[in-house]
Amino acid sequence: MADNQTVGETLASRGISRRTFLKFCATMTSLLALPPGMAEVMAETLARTRRQSVIWLSFQECTGCTESLTRSHSPTLESLLFDAISLDYHHTLQAAAGDAAERARVQAMQDNAGKYLVIVDGSIPLKDGGVYSTIAGHSNLDMLKETAAGAAAIIAVGTCATYGGLPHANPNPTGAVAVSDIIKDKPIVNVPGCPPIATVITGVVAHFLTLGTLPELDSLGRPKVFFGDTIHDRCYRRPFYDQGKFAKTFDDEGARSGWCLYELGCKGPTTHNACATVKWNGGTSFPIESGHPCLGCSEPNFWDAGSFYQALSAKTLPLSAHAGAALAVGAAAGVAVGLVSRAKKKAAARQHTRVSADDLEKGGGA
Amino acid sequence: MSGPELLLWARGTGLQIAVAIFLFGLLARFVELWLLGRKTDLSVARASAVGPGLRTVVSRSLPMPGALKQTPLVFLGGYVFHLGFLATLLFYVPHIHFLRSILGFGWPGLPPFLIDVIGLVTIATLIALLVQRFTDPVRRFLSRADDYVAWTVTFLPLLSGYVAFHRLGTDYTLMLALHILSVELLLIVIPFTKLMHMFTFALARWYNGAIAGRKGVRV
Repeated sequence: MADNQTVGETLASRGISRRTFLKFCATMTSLLALPPGMAEVMAETLARTRRQSVIWLSFQECTGCTESLTRSHSPTLESLLFDAISLDYHHTLQAAAGDAAERARVQAMQDNAGKYLVIVDGSIPLKDGGVYSTIAGHSNLDMLKETAAGAAAIIAVGTCATYGGLPHANPNPTGAVAVSDIIKDKPIVNVPGCPPIATVITGVVAHFLTLGTLPELDSLGRPKVFFGDTIHDRCYRRPFYDQGKFAKTFDDEGARSGWCLYELGCKGPTTHNACATVKWNGGTSFPIESGHPCLGCSEPNFWDAGSFYQALSAKTLPLSAHAGAALAVGAAAGVAVGLVSRAKKKAAARQHTRVSADDLEKGGGA
Repeated sequence: MSGPELLLWARGTGLQIAVAIFLFGLLARFVELWLLGRKTDLSVARASAVGPGLRTVVSRSLPMPGALKQTPLVFLGGYVFHLGFLATLLFYVPHIHFLRSILGFGWPGLPPFLIDVIGLVTIATLIALLVQRFTDPVRRFLSRADDYVAWTVTFLPLLSGYVAFHRLGTDYTLMLALHILSVELLLIVIPFTKLMHMFTFALARWYNGAIAGRKGVRV
């Protein structure tokens, strides 16, 4: 791929017909909730766009986010669109290694200052000076700050980069934090998920390339078009929830009949993501369709939100120690208050003056 | 604090705090009641106290003859509210799962549409009872601040539960968190207000029946 090729030329050289490309743009426009006329605008703009420089930083992560994008159902138009951007630095995918790789990142930053996109997967460890994750001798913190400084925008992909994810889970031994905890002066789009949906990542990039802006975000920095609804809102098993029909175990009649998985721990009601509509593996299915409850992987702290297999309403921390202590203190307090009240009662009784019949007569009576 | 963080806190630390205060208050009050005690009754018992005591616990929970005509709203509203509150609390499936996670056992629930209807009727009844408390001069005169506190902390879980159930408002996660927090507020308030009657009503009725039974009064 020559650097001066447009996205349209790149796709054409990959054997993607204009018809297929238009279909992709129509789908993307619809997913992004843009007016129908924008499909053509997107197609024209994307086709003419020079390859956008993208620097992909992988920090404390498992590479699942990259896998989601590149290996989910290859080759897809989504992954080809990613070929059509200029992925100037991605230490898992790039051929260069060592100093050459780092030079590529610095070169891209210099050549496209203020214009390049930074995509981050993985959390950033802050504890002990950030020694728990370093690349080419730089801590993740230093590399993120340095790279973000000249970026047009940052897309945090995956739950680790967006909310800290697994490294951030209790007890968080490396002091892991999200991108948005560090970078405050750049626009950040959060695309959470463990892993995130490839189409959503591509959608955000397509939106940026087409309109030059980032999509509208919710209070947690997620694109509203993909994270506006909960899994539960869009779940095809929702009617069973409304009827009170629940699978009790993974192999009972309810499970075989495809009933609601709430009682098996489904976090769909509180999980915002597009799994139920966009689906996975080329639109084949999503976890609930395969009979497994939603884990809530696109929500903050989902690792610490109690068991995956306990209902959403269940407690998340043990109560017995607190209850025992409370009862002990309560009993002691009860004894103290009770004894004080009893002493008062006795004191009041002592102050009563005894009056006999003689006393009454002595008084002369009326 | 965002919706998910608030929900996590409510289901974890918040619940630990609320349950601890609830149990502390409950036991402290029971121990105090027990220590205050009663003078030993030295007279010879004319009859057993146990039967009349138990009978009174039941009989005073049943409708009083003539009450429907005298105070129809209090009579009907009282029953509808108490039974409705218990039904939504104990027979809504997510609630059963909450209780199961604490008690270790569960029971079958009611279909959600029934819970929906019962919840709505219960909310309407509570509002009607509050309106009556405001409009009836005698009730208004007799009402103190803690009556309104008790009403409010009882009403909030119902209202927030109804809003969360129907996914009204913008954010279900936040509504669910607020619902759980409102229940935790109720738990904290119970031992220190008139709401303690949910435990002491049986003791008081037992005592009245037993004392009468011991004296040979037929109850």
